[in-house]
Amino acid sequence: MDDGNHGEELRIGVYVCDCGRNIAGTVDCGVVTEFAQGLPHVVIASNDKYTCSEPGQEVIKQHIREHNLNRVVVASCSPRMHEPTFRAAIQQAGLNPYLLEMANLREHCSWVHINEPEAATRKAMDLVKMAVWRAALLREQKELEVPVERKALVIGGGIAGIQASLDLANAGYQVYLVEKEPSIGGIMAQIDKTYPTMDCSI
Amino acid sequence: MTDVGRHPRIELLTYSEVAATTGFVGNFNVTVRRRARYVDEKECTACGDCLEVCPVVVPDKFNIGLSTRKAIYQPFPQAVPSAFVIDMEACLGHNPIACGKCLEKCEKECIDYDMTDREVTLNVGTVIVATGMDVYDPTEQDEYGYTRYENVITSLEFERLINSGGPTEGHLVRPTDRRQPERVAFIQCVGSRSQQRGKPYCSNVCCMNTVKDSLLIKDHWPETDIKVFYMDIRAFGKGFEDLYQRSKALGVQYIRGLPGEVEEDPATKDLILSVEDTTSGQLEQHRADMVILSVGVEPRRDMESLKGLFTLSATSDGFFMEAHPKLLPVDAPTRGVFFAGCSEAPKDIKDSVTQASAAAARANILMSQGRISVEAITSVIDPEICTGCAICANVCPYHAIIADKEKRTPAVVIEASCAGCGTCAAECPFGAITMRHFEDAQIIAQIDAILEEDPMEKIVVFACNWCSYAGGDFAGISRLQYPPNARLIRTMCSGRVDQEFVLHAFRKGAPLVLVSGCHFADCHYIDANRWTQRRVEKLWDKLEREGIRPERLQLEWISAAEGQKFAKVMREIEELRKAVTPEEVEETKRILTEKAKKPKKKPKKAKKEPVEVAKT
Repeated sequence: MDDGNHGEELRIGVYVCDCGRNIAGTVDCGVVTEFAQGLPHVVIASNDKYTCSEPGQEVIKQHIREHNLNRVVVASCSPRMHEPTFRAAIQQAGLNPYLLEMANLREHCSWVHINEPEAATRKAMDLVKMAVWRAALLREQKELEVPVERKALVIGGGIAGIQASLDLANAGYQVYLVEKEPSIGGIMAQIDKTYPTMDCSI
Repeated sequence: MTDVGRHPRIELLTYSEVAATTGFVGNFNVTVRRRARYVDEKECTACGDCLEVCPVVVPDKFNIGLSTRKAIYQPFPQAVPSAFVIDMEACLGHNPIACGKCLEKCEKECIDYDMTDREVTLNVGTVIVATGMDVYDPTEQDEYGYTRYENVITSLEFERLINSGGPTEGHLVRPTDRRQPERVAFIQCVGSRSQQRGKPYCSNVCCMNTVKDSLLIKDHWPETDIKVFYMDIRAFGKGFEDLYQRSKALGVQYIRGLPGEVEEDPATKDLILSVEDTTSGQLEQHRADMVILSVGVEPRRDMESLKGLFTLSATSDGFFMEAHPKLLPVDAPTRGVFFAGCSEAPKDIKDSVTQASAAAARANILMSQGRISVEAITSVIDPEICTGCAICANVCPYHAIIADKEKRTPAVVIEASCAGCGTCAAECPFGAITMRHFEDAQIIAQIDAILEEDPMEKIVVFACNWCSYAGGDFAGISRLQYPPNARLIRTMCSGRVDQEFVLHAFRKGAPLVLVSGCHFADCHYIDANRWTQRRVEKLWDKLEREGIRPERLQLEWISAAEGQKFAKVMREIEELRKAVTPEEVEETKRILTEKAKKPKKKPKKAKKEPVEVAKT
């Protein structure tokens, strides 16, 4: 493994989440946590019932301060789900949000290998190892800020497009409503009365 | 509708379509094609003088062909904008010998036969896709005789018949003899909940629409005999069960069973429905004067173009796919794009309005901030290593790299335009490009971690964030089971997968490598995955030349909605892995390690001082 630690002492915290029974029902999270503890640069590894919960996040923040952690690995669900949650958490504790890495033990492991707990646990260990090795090489990043045009495009002038346009226009934004037909109204305009109010559609 | 027409902050572009888009969240640049209306929308008062003189009569689309209109027309009386339009395909034209009558008649001189389509460009921060749905065409369900029997109509045609603004001014008559029907039958789930024809899903609105229609008929003509043939009545919404019970209390008969056949009595033009009542198990025949097919809702047939324009994808039902089915139900996977109404799934008016307000609120969150931060995953070019060859600029789907091949000055990345796909970094022959947060060394470390122990048991999988990795997530959510040997490395795009990553994995003893990305039309980085394909094809050639079986490198396109396909691919690659022998892997390691020891060509130096030698 390349110890490209960019000149600083690496101090990694690993947080293995049970996700209730979602992960712990298949993967032996205790074994995974113990394994994580033995990985290079890992200062502390902890196992929680719900890492994304307020107390779960609090543990991470507390450890960052107490153990001077400079990298955090959360082994829980898909990063597509909770990466923003944990990035915000470590940022609150003073770490750059890009120093987080996640291992997907739920969608990519416990849920898809329900009948193979041992193999799933081995895979979970690998996923944690991958995350720790990658975390060791992560760098702080600064996000670029771009201006947002305060105008909206609404495509389609049926009931949904009409409502969205009115809401946005009433909120003060310029709205362009593009409709394919010569008039707005959509399918709704073709309907006589509408349920549940039994009043007319237009 | 009129509120939209007169709102000072809404610019209405009717008879228009989105033709092209560039840019990204906060700064979309959208080209809209405005079709020629041939009538000045602002000047026309919809007085109708032109209608009187227009000699061309065509079926009226708004009334689903149940009445006619002229070549110059207003779609319906309450249309917004309240202006006429000429149907040029039907119009005889302005050649005076041919016609030109409306032109002569229009006092306000609003008509212009020479009007042409034009394009306008809009800069917007957010986009709401509210493109709606299509209605199922029951022609293929021939047993119901929709095309053979005039008195069999669809529920949408019924809406026009019972509408006071419709072709019969709201008098319910049956088409053959214009007589008011005494016996009306509704057939539910036409085009819905069928594995064979139409769609497998429930169209959401048809049960309640029929309940409502039955109440409308009972309201006007209480003596009408109404029978509803159904498999389930789904009256789940607020106030829905009340309406259903009211309908039953008024004498509407609900018969559980879908007719196997509808036949016409040639003498009376009455319809005979053969059905098994599944509550009694009896085979029955029912006569009706009119049959209404309660047709389902379908994804719009023209949604393909929008998919490409905003890199959207569809779920297996064909409707647009949301960023998360539960937690981000109105967000598109493309940041800054939101869904409202039936574009995302069939829904009724209340749900459409609710989702539209939600989409507006989500868009508001982005726009109210005035500035948004872009994820720090963009590419950075090291001017000391760059030779100015301009390959990166050539492959960048966003034209975010400025390079001059002639001058051979180091290339420069425009950070605001870079979306972070990583294709440039994978294609750079000199290793001059670093992808922030997806650096070579970080990815190599993941490969090494996978293969440190028992490499023969493992499959190295590169999965793009938006499709393949998400497809893996979807497989998980669906609890699809597959062998536990694959290890996924997430990159933003499959375009990021450098050939060196693949070779490194083989060098470290990987029996099998899979590169997976979005289907071509779904690529979240326009067409970056085309480069993935080219690169993998080149690698296959290279492996073959080196005496390594190319089958050990697999390429698959898996969308975020294809959990099934993801699981299937996982099973297939596991079979391929089992066929790889330890001897074969050792031989590969030997070949590639020896190859790596040979010195590479030195790159041409970029014209700059001081000049550094890049890689040796």
